Amino acid sequence: MADTVLETVDLQMAFGGLKIFERLNFSLRRGERHAVIGPNGAGKSTFVNLVTGVLKPVAGRLMLDGRDITAATPQERVRAGLLRTFQINTLFPGLNPLESMVVALCQRDAVARPSLRATARHTGQIDEGRQLLERFGLLDVALTPTRMLPYGKQRILEVALAFAMRPRVLLLDEPAAGLSTAQGVALFDQLRELAAETTVLFIEHDMNLVFKYADRVSVFAGGQMISQGTPDEVRADPVVTKAYLGN
Amino acid sequence: MARMQISDYFAHQSRWGGWEYAFWLLWIVLFFVPDSNLVLLTQILIWGLFAMSLDVLLGYRGIPSLGHAAFFGIGAYSAGFLGKYGWTEPISGLLISALITGCAGLGMGRVVRGLHGVALLMVTLGLNMILFDFVQRSTDITGGDDGLQDIVIAPVLGMFRFDMYGKTAYVYVLVVVFIVTLLVRALVNSPFGLTLRGSRESTRRMIMLGAPVDRDVTLAFGVSAAIAGIAGALLAQTTQFVAPEMVAFTRSADVLVMLVIGGTAVLYGGYVGAAVFLVLRDVFAAMNPVYWYFWIGLLLVVIVALFRQGILPKLAEKWTRFREGR
Amino acid sequence: MTSLLTILFNGLAYGLLLFVMAVGLSVTMGMMQFVNLAHISLSMLGGYVMVWAMDAAGVPFLVSLLLAFGACAAFSVLLERLVLRHFYGADDLTQVLLTLGLLFMSIASVAFIWGPAFKPVTVPSWLTGQFSLAGLQLERYRLFLLVAGGLLTLVLVFTLERTRFGAMVRACVDSRRAASGSGINTDGVFALTFALGSGLAGLGGAMSVNLLSLDPNFPLRYLVYVLIVVSVGGMGSITGSLLAACLIGVADVLGKYYLPELGGLFIYLLTVIVMLWRPQGLMGRAA
Repeated sequence: MADTVLETVDLQMAFGGLKIFERLNFSLRRGERHAVIGPNGAGKSTFVNLVTGVLKPVAGRLMLDGRDITAATPQERVRAGLLRTFQINTLFPGLNPLESMVVALCQRDAVARPSLRATARHTGQIDEGRQLLERFGLLDVALTPTRMLPYGKQRILEVALAFAMRPRVLLLDEPAAGLSTAQGVALFDQLRELAAETTVLFIEHDMNLVFKYADRVSVFAGGQMISQGTPDEVRADPVVTKAYLGN
Repeated sequence: MARMQISDYFAHQSRWGGWEYAFWLLWIVLFFVPDSNLVLLTQILIWGLFAMSLDVLLGYRGIPSLGHAAFFGIGAYSAGFLGKYGWTEPISGLLISALITGCAGLGMGRVVRGLHGVALLMVTLGLNMILFDFVQRSTDITGGDDGLQDIVIAPVLGMFRFDMYGKTAYVYVLVVVFIVTLLVRALVNSPFGLTLRGSRESTRRMIMLGAPVDRDVTLAFGVSAAIAGIAGALLAQTTQFVAPEMVAFTRSADVLVMLVIGGTAVLYGGYVGAAVFLVLRDVFAAMNPVYWYFWIGLLLVVIVALFRQGILPKLAEKWTRFREGR
Repeated sequence: MTSLLTILFNGLAYGLLLFVMAVGLSVTMGMMQFVNLAHISLSMLGGYVMVWAMDAAGVPFLVSLLLAFGACAAFSVLLERLVLRHFYGADDLTQVLLTLGLLFMSIASVAFIWGPAFKPVTVPSWLTGQFSLAGLQLERYRLFLLVAGGLLTLVLVFTLERTRFGAMVRACVDSRRAASGSGINTDGVFALTFALGSGLAGLGGAMSVNLLSLDPNFPLRYLVYVLIVVSVGGMGSITGSLLAACLIGVADVLGKYYLPELGGLFIYLLTVIVMLWRPQGLMGRAA
């Protein structure tokens, strides 16, 4: 029935004495679009950092497709198909989008080991990179250094790079942050079209986007998951209203 | 059309430019110019190679080092020991020295790869000082300040003896420098080179693309060290002398200054910087050695303040704008 | 046993001297993240100012020391306003290269003005020779260094812990943004701290002439030691610099006496080990 692609089992985390996630049991269904919402400081980004291996949990397990990845390095998780974007653009300022794409694809296809074979000869990756840039509307700026791109294009590139790696699970940390409403909608539409088979978890503050694109929603507050369900269910949940207004 | 440009981008980046041909042609021509100072020119080539080796680490991967002379010295002493104790064939001696230094580089990379900022600078500096102190002190092994004596280097390819005028040395060094530069050129134009540059720009993003950044740093150190070792070995072989000065911190500082002046991450910046530095030093040493420090200091300040990328990238920028303005 | 105590005494005196020379750099690096290799040039300047004051103007020794402090503090203000402050946001390597260039220029300038030879200094008679204490023969000048250095340390610690200015300095080192946010004039605090630190560098340099000898190449000889004190001690930490300086001073003298084959190696080994074990320094804050 509901096929679980990613789950946390009794996940615990702490920063010094501050406890976050006492025993988090979260599961992500295959193919769903899952929104994670909650007030600032609720632990949403920490959650993504734990799942991607940037942070190590104090206790608990992480399973990807039934495999225990708790001890896996961030790179190993990427190779297993777990990709993420950052809340703040984490791109290569001095490289242009084409170079960024091609280096990502070469890493994906494991052809970036030390060699004397010119990048120019890797026509497969170059063509695919070009196509991806075209599909994400970045072709016109493909050769402009990333640092010179407008914020909106940078944000799209951030998502496009993660997508280029053929993720099975894509974790997006506030993908529409800093984008106009129209840009945000365009980005999500693009993802809906391109990432049909990918499971997507996205942290968002814009409720319109959440209600439009999410199958299920989880609400985090004060380092705990306090509610989970369809967008309508969560909207009606009094616990959620209290969390947003009570603090 | 945009599509053509994009598909052609990488090929365009790795294509040989006209000035590249001119650069190597110039070195060939200089050999035949009468009364050209072959000794100084050979020094420029050797230092340029040394600076290029630092470029792999600093320019392309963004890892600064205040102790790169350590690798130069290891290469020099390796070649010196080989020549002193019977292994006089130069080309194989060069390769062995490169291998030894490369291994030292891999070790160093493994040790420093978690470090950043001041700690990284201090460890590279500290290791350099330790090696220098050891070399200077171990007079029975290295000859100390008197240097390594009685180094014998056989004729290159069995035919060309190292002569007093430096002709054999010049050609030998030029050929080696050319080959090594070609190899480095291929490496930086490969996906590995692109990965290094990306890691320099954002290590975090590189990790999140699954790149083995730690392993790549170690490898960058290994390659950089091996090339520095070749430069050191070339000096040892062509002068048949090795002194602790080749491992000194001043040499680490000098090569860093050369690279910065010439320009990082443009492959040929090291050669340009070495030429500027050595020619100026030659000129000023003749006048008054004290002035040298002043002008090189001023040049450094000016370059850092105004042309942070260095001479070569600045010239390239002006050339591009000039052509576009036409 | 006597030799060990003498060595400790000598080492501590040397260490306190290094501390006075390096502490300014540590605090400004901790506060502004600014790597200033030219700091050691200020020590050299202090030495030359003192020697010139004594030789050319007949100024007494202790007054010359104060003059060195003042001259270097004043000069540093000029340097900071004209050149350095444009590079506060630049990356580490840029700052290293810039200040290295300034260091080179300082060597040449000093050689041009005062010549390339070593400058001897004639300290007053009450500071020459040795005196006996508990069966040990100790040099008077080293005792002077110990006492003067110790007093300066106490003044620094007192200033930092008990005065309002000290509190502002600590706030700025801790977090410039927070300090600025709570109304502290961080630019002003930094300017004053920089001047004081540079003055101390000059004072330390002047005090060192009798022990370490002075010539235009002084910066090249002692730059590494100052960098070691700052990095091993931890940027921004006065107590860290003190600890590291004493450690380095004692280790250097100990090493040269008991293990002359190792020589200066000991210090560099210590530095590398500390940096690998605790990259932020002994008392620095972890990133």
